[in-house]
Amino acid sequence: MRFSALRVLKEGLTGNKGWTPHWRDPAPKPEYDAIIIGGGGHGLSTAYYLAKNHGMTNIAVLEKGYLGGGNVGRNTTIVRANYMMEGNSQFYSHSLKLWEGLEQDLNYNAMMSQRGIINLVHSDGQRDAFIRRGNMMHAQGDTDAEFLFPEQLKKKLPYLNHDNIRFPIYGGLYHKRGGTARHDAVAWGYARGADQRGVDLIQNCEVTGIDIVDGVVKGVQTTRGAIKAKKVGMVVAGRSGQLAALAGMRLPIESHVLQAFVTEGLKPVMDNVVTFGMGHMYISQSDKGGLVFGGDLDFYASYAQRGNLPTKEHVMEAAMCLMPQIGKARVLRSWGGIMDMSPDGSFIMDKTHIDGLFLNTGWCYGGFKAVPASGYCMAHLMATGQSHEITARHRLNRFETGRGLMDEEATGSQHNLH
Amino acid sequence: MRIVCPLCGERDSREFSYKGAALALAYPSEEAGFEAWDDYLHNRDNPAGPTRELWYHGSGCTSWLVVTRNTTTHEILSVELAEDAPESRQEASA
Repeated sequence: MRFSALRVLKEGLTGNKGWTPHWRDPAPKPEYDAIIIGGGGHGLSTAYYLAKNHGMTNIAVLEKGYLGGGNVGRNTTIVRANYMMEGNSQFYSHSLKLWEGLEQDLNYNAMMSQRGIINLVHSDGQRDAFIRRGNMMHAQGDTDAEFLFPEQLKKKLPYLNHDNIRFPIYGGLYHKRGGTARHDAVAWGYARGADQRGVDLIQNCEVTGIDIVDGVVKGVQTTRGAIKAKKVGMVVAGRSGQLAALAGMRLPIESHVLQAFVTEGLKPVMDNVVTFGMGHMYISQSDKGGLVFGGDLDFYASYAQRGNLPTKEHVMEAAMCLMPQIGKARVLRSWGGIMDMSPDGSFIMDKTHIDGLFLNTGWCYGGFKAVPASGYCMAHLMATGQSHEITARHRLNRFETGRGLMDEEATGSQHNLH
Repeated sequence: MRIVCPLCGERDSREFSYKGAALALAYPSEEAGFEAWDDYLHNRDNPAGPTRELWYHGSGCTSWLVVTRNTTTHEILSVELAEDAPESRQEASA
């Protein structure tokens, strides 16, 4: 079933009786050419691009809960490509280009909204750093970076507290092509696209074992029986440690909780995404009208999918500092996602020492914007056995020697620094 | 979360900062080699459930503590001074 304006009109006039489920609910087959463990954004996009770009359609996505029930449904929906490091900048640039064509490609309304992201700066040093970042974005080919000076920002973002005595706004880096997308719809769009190409999406199917014989993967044990496959991709974000343990591996990953908040629906007040780095806080307004905002990690290991009050207090304080009128809005909900934190703050996409077993993890707190390119490159890795050129640096063994670290923030390569 | 410091009593978690898994106390010998040090510095069990981890009571007595905590519920099961913890007397297995 293709979606179109005409179809919406027709269904609207005929009682909406013609809509059908977006994907099948198949039982697992005894064997597939490839299995992807994890039915979140990255797993579903991996399946989609394996089918679309590499012609692999006898594949399955195994999800222990329901599709899109993890971090792809628990984030702040921001899409951007304002990275600096060789490797990261190409990867996120590619991802943003895929986002721009996503809805046409998937025939699915992901509510992609390139409303622009503005990173505020509050000191001379920070201004220089962000102008440099903008120049790096231009050098990489993303020519939408522009530095806005205080008088421009006062016109563009009149609702901010521009003259706060501690954090006066010195300007901001405007990344025009950045923005937001409807998080659930991205997962559903990829799921539907993969399903239409013959991929089996198998829910309520938890992997309980990984079958390995003489260093070669043979398949997986699941709560719905054993399934054979020559290629298995592990794409489970915060749960990577437990899954890899089934293959006898210990990973350079520590799982942390990151909180986010949304207010009641309000009339339109914010046109863009605004980040307040010095206050560890960022905010945008959803299409429903809620102000969606978040801050830093809680900074302790957690799988609880909820955080503690000190971080909430810190984020609220930062919000009040940036835009005092937010104090009149009521917080409707808060939630936490489980972040797969790597030592250097960048992701890992690589083969493992076990033949046919592939790893996709370490997205830290930036996995949502990576969904399209992660799947694109993971599919390339699983289909060809070789890293895609833009993820060639994101190796599992880079921590061992310290050579080729992907330390975007230059804070070091140890846990608990990012 | 509130943490019961063995020296200061029950205190707000904001007085403490988190360092990571308590294996940091049990480091390999200098001769242990590349693989052992890489494993010690970077790889983690990362359990969902009870785990032992290092916290620093920076706004209190400045003690290093080993806190046993459940990562799925945030329940704190026990707290001891790092110097008393078994991890500080053993060498990481290579």
